[in-house]
Amino acid sequence: MASKPRPNPRPGFVLEVDRQTPPILFHHGEGFRMEKLPVGRSRVIYPAEPLDGMIDPDAEIQDALLNPIEDDPLPTLLKPGMKLTIAFDDISLPLPPMQRPDVRQRIIEAVLDMAAAAGVDDVHIIAALALHRRMTERELRHAVGDRIYEAFAPHGMLYNHDAEDPDGMVILGKTRHDENVQMSKRAAESDLVVYVNINIVSMDGGWKSTATGLSGYDGVKAHHNPATMVKSTSFMDQDNSELHRSNWRQGEIIKKHGPRIFQIESTINTNTFGYDGPLSMLQKREWEWNLKDRSKFAAMNVGLNRMTSAQKRKAFHSWNAPYEMTSVQAGDVEAVHKKTTEMVYKQHIVPVEGQTDVVTMGLPYLSPYNVNSIMNPILVAVQGLGYFFNLYRGKPVVKEGGVLIMSHPTPWEFHPVHHPSYIDFFEQVLAETTDPVEVEKYEKQYAEDEWYRHLYRTSYAYHGVHPFYMWYWCAHAMQYLGSVIVVGGDPRAVRRLGFKPASTLQDALEMATDTVGPTPTVTHIHNPPILMADVK
Amino acid sequence: MIAETSVANRLAGKRIAITGSTGFLGTALVERLMRAVPDCEIVLLVRPGKRSTPAQRARREVFRNDAFDRLLEDRGKDEFWAEVERRVQVVGGDVSTDGLGLDDEGRAIWASCDIVIHSAATVSFDAPLDSAVEVNLLGPTRIAEALQDMGVNPHFIAVSTCYVAGNRRGSAPEQLLIDSPFHIDVDWKAEVRAARRARSDVDAESRQIERLEEFRKRAENELGAAGTPLLAAKTEQIRQRWMSEQLVEQGRARAVSLGWPDSYAYTKALGERALVESKGNVPVSIVRPAIIESAWAEPRPGWIKGFRMAEPILISYAQGLLKEFPGVPEGVVDVIPVDLVVAAIINVAARGHQGEDTPGDHGVDITQVASGTRQPLHYRTLVELVSGWFQEKPLYDRKGQPIAVAQFSFPGRGAVERQLDRAQKNLDRADKALKLLPLRGKQALINADIEDKIEQVERASAYVKIYGAYAECEALYGVENLVALHDALDPADQEALCCDPAVVDWTHYVTNVHLPSVVEHARVKTTPTRTDPDARRTRLKKRVLDPQRHLAAFDLENTIIASNVVFSYSWLATRNMGPADRMKFVMKTVQEAPQLLALDSRDRTDFLRHFYRRYDGASVAQMEKLGQELLADHILTKAFPDAVRRVREHRALGHRTVLITGALNIVVDPLKPLFDDVICAEMSVKNGKYTGELLSVPPTGEVRAQALRDYADAHDLDLNESVAYADSSSDLPLLDAVGFPVAVNPETRLASISQKRGWLTEYWSKADGGTDRVLPLGPLPSLRKSRR
Repeated sequence: MASKPRPNPRPGFVLEVDRQTPPILFHHGEGFRMEKLPVGRSRVIYPAEPLDGMIDPDAEIQDALLNPIEDDPLPTLLKPGMKLTIAFDDISLPLPPMQRPDVRQRIIEAVLDMAAAAGVDDVHIIAALALHRRMTERELRHAVGDRIYEAFAPHGMLYNHDAEDPDGMVILGKTRHDENVQMSKRAAESDLVVYVNINIVSMDGGWKSTATGLSGYDGVKAHHNPATMVKSTSFMDQDNSELHRSNWRQGEIIKKHGPRIFQIESTINTNTFGYDGPLSMLQKREWEWNLKDRSKFAAMNVGLNRMTSAQKRKAFHSWNAPYEMTSVQAGDVEAVHKKTTEMVYKQHIVPVEGQTDVVTMGLPYLSPYNVNSIMNPILVAVQGLGYFFNLYRGKPVVKEGGVLIMSHPTPWEFHPVHHPSYIDFFEQVLAETTDPVEVEKYEKQYAEDEWYRHLYRTSYAYHGVHPFYMWYWCAHAMQYLGSVIVVGGDPRAVRRLGFKPASTLQDALEMATDTVGPTPTVTHIHNPPILMADVK
Repeated sequence: MIAETSVANRLAGKRIAITGSTGFLGTALVERLMRAVPDCEIVLLVRPGKRSTPAQRARREVFRNDAFDRLLEDRGKDEFWAEVERRVQVVGGDVSTDGLGLDDEGRAIWASCDIVIHSAATVSFDAPLDSAVEVNLLGPTRIAEALQDMGVNPHFIAVSTCYVAGNRRGSAPEQLLIDSPFHIDVDWKAEVRAARRARSDVDAESRQIERLEEFRKRAENELGAAGTPLLAAKTEQIRQRWMSEQLVEQGRARAVSLGWPDSYAYTKALGERALVESKGNVPVSIVRPAIIESAWAEPRPGWIKGFRMAEPILISYAQGLLKEFPGVPEGVVDVIPVDLVVAAIINVAARGHQGEDTPGDHGVDITQVASGTRQPLHYRTLVELVSGWFQEKPLYDRKGQPIAVAQFSFPGRGAVERQLDRAQKNLDRADKALKLLPLRGKQALINADIEDKIEQVERASAYVKIYGAYAECEALYGVENLVALHDALDPADQEALCCDPAVVDWTHYVTNVHLPSVVEHARVKTTPTRTDPDARRTRLKKRVLDPQRHLAAFDLENTIIASNVVFSYSWLATRNMGPADRMKFVMKTVQEAPQLLALDSRDRTDFLRHFYRRYDGASVAQMEKLGQELLADHILTKAFPDAVRRVREHRALGHRTVLITGALNIVVDPLKPLFDDVICAEMSVKNGKYTGELLSVPPTGEVRAQALRDYADAHDLDLNESVAYADSSSDLPLLDAVGFPVAVNPETRLASISQKRGWLTEYWSKADGGTDRVLPLGPLPSLRKSRR
């Protein structure tokens, strides 16, 4: 891992655009745009520089397992003859996938060493993917390492969670809000469930790990719906998120009726593109680009221009981030998550003064649901309106009724293996309506479809209901915003999403004046690397 | 007050027999008699239809024609049908058989008639020689002989044509051919024998080995590997068509060799000749109309029945298809409105037979109904009127653009024919070349378009061949008898039954009467509204996805997935190979490819049997495991999402869905949950290993259609209410078996077949963004990186 961290990483900050400001980098799918923002009324929110990584992650993991928060040391919980289930976050975390060894591999190896020492031999390792697609062999090997894979997978002890296995799921009970709590039968019947998490954004972790990750449609639908999402302002801010309140209520039931949970959470820094290497300029501020950065960037663009979209996709998806672990904590779910969230905020929070009329964002090639896959139009929508829009605390960066401008090629392309129900959702449901509440009427039909179920269970498809969740993810932003404009997207696909297509940012800004009046204030969110705006 | 000498009065109480009443002229004649001669009785000789009695045919084809709208309105519905019942008798019979095919009752009715009007004819100018001879040449003679046989001699009015005079310049008076100085003495009996012999000669020739092989080849070229039963049916159809074409050609050749423009005029001329010889005591009048066109005034201006004579030419011209038409600009186009011809016939009937059986007139009186000498319409005038009209009221193409009509330069016939010949040859070449290319989907439509164009050019050359002679004919037909007939009428009848061509104002007739009627009949686009290109598709799709349907059958390869048995085999075979073995495998497969493809296009079943031997010795357990992976890595990436969605739509509608494919169960199994049932090739297993031999004949070609029939029977489903989806002409038996066939990404042959038959055609593609490997090889076994 080539790492040359700055001695003192600088915090994120807000740049006021003036005459000296160079063109600003916008991610644009498998490419980039350099955009001039209007002088005198624009700002750019830059993320903090990566926090320092831990020097000896393995030692820190040992320490966390032996000195957990509000829980007994892990070795004391391990007994011969016990049923132990280790569940871990799936391919959607982190983004992009990190260079080997993955944090999960380090943690699971440590847990397994302790289990072996205690004489535990009934161990199952489950990818807690809920209704996401199954991970391929290659992806599992990447997450847990070859040694674990080869020791467990051939014996059926390392596998993907199957939320549609008729014999593999149980209902633990109902919350006081009448929400079902569902869990993998193996996990529910275990004496101890060790959950291995990687937190990349503040939404991850906590009770969401087990209550959602090991659950199925019955449990997830309690909070994955438009009503909950509209009340989550935002779902990145646990204290104001109905999504989290519902998960925490489900946590109460798990605590009462479910297995004992030993939660291990870790955080990573924002060293997404490396301190050096081919993409390092992407996490530098534009006026600090040196000659080398500029020439690398220019050369990359020349290369990208000559590649087909499939080649570009392959090139970008082969990038593994040199993330470093910044914290690891284990023990009681809620206590652990409190510390984790602090660490996430420490890396991500950027204070921002006041809201703006127009918010702009450049969407990268990747979202949680297209690792090694295609960012289809629905995922473009969810990346902008679900993730980036919701990365705020307090108030959204943009004023209510304001305009969101995002930049992405938005091709009318879908991965046939990973996203079959997305294709039909896009062709059938979105052709009828884009209103999340109206869309919800089609949910049951997709969720209970035998063919999608078959593909989810035996192939590598997201669950039939998954595109609906993506659309609900956008519900808050859709209700809040005056209009959404996509720069440089396939106009047909953009219109199908219910957004307006623009060919350049200048056009988009011009179109925005229809909604917010002339000379609006503009704020660009310079993400990735990830930042979270704390808007006062 | 009806005058004593009026036509109606003279024909009152008369019983009039009519042949050819279902034709254009015949229907007009019946209508006019019904309306203008209230006290006559009418006997119709009608040939029984395939599925209808003569009476039913008469009712449907004569009395329900819009010619009777006027009468229907006059009399009221009940009164009209009561009158038909009272005045009209329908007798079954056929002028092309000796004795007219009458039964005893028919003979009795026939024998009681006072007047017989024979207007039955094969009017199409390109009828096969023998049928033209049977109807046109022998028809009048048969009637005359039947009448003599019955011992009666009513007034016999035979409808002939002016063109019996042949291709010549100058005047053609109302006289028999034998009296004409240009008469060629032809033995009509010898002509009859020759025509009948020609049919058996052509039939014998069509059965020659080389011919049969050629027909078979043409069937294959059209249908591809569609299976023996369909190819056999097509081959026989082509043979019949070929025979008919040969006989048409022989007819034309013989006619031209004797100086007639075509076999119609030639057989009609000899028919007159034969009638004169065989008429015995029967008093005969001959009425010779020129080119009969839509009505001038009766029953209403512009009335026409069927798409006849000049109409196809006019429409082709308006559609921009016909850019040139041969003709002499100063020549006369002898057109006569149908109502004038009808009036002439009725007037001849009312006047009665004229003349004595003395040498010189043979006891036959002749009336020509033509306009050329009395009120000539010059070819140039006609062309100018027509092109002016279409410039003002153009037809529109499918995109809603007006079609500009060409300006004729009046070239000779040869030049036009050569030009069309050249176009046809080029198109034929393009068609052949395209059929050799492995085209699919929308590209395949290019070929369908070319076939369309070929058909258009063929039609155009046929018109030029058939009608060109008429446009170049410069004979002037005398009408003294006709004018005399008209002048002898009571003044009231001169109005009501006018048969003087001088009454026709050509400018008015062409622009306000004839063209509007032709255009209306041709059902062509006369408004610029753009037809929604998807309207038809939407309609067809709605029918396919109607809840009433019973069953939806799907082919697999190129219908649901863009793959084939070779691809899936390659994937399975290479899945556990290292890079070196893969290379060898690829090279071997590439070498074998041409041979495999050739076998496939010859016989699908043989190909599958041959190919599946490769699975010999494969472990069942391993194949099952690989099958799952194949679904994700190969089948789904190659699948058409629209196809998958369509299967599911059918299921949601409650249709039974079945996959019928020659692919192996190993490959098909992962797709099972998508369908209610799967019918596929299954391989026998021995000791946990596949043997490479199939358990039964794989469901391809006609076997597949049979499998579908068996399946439908077993589940009590109606195939007429079922849908089938397939991509290639080898699937024709399957598509033909159901009521609602759908072509999916059709290859060239199926594309044109589907377009011709008006099937729903779907163009489905893989999900954009699916992997696009050049070679269908399995992924390399995971590379094992050591940890840290």
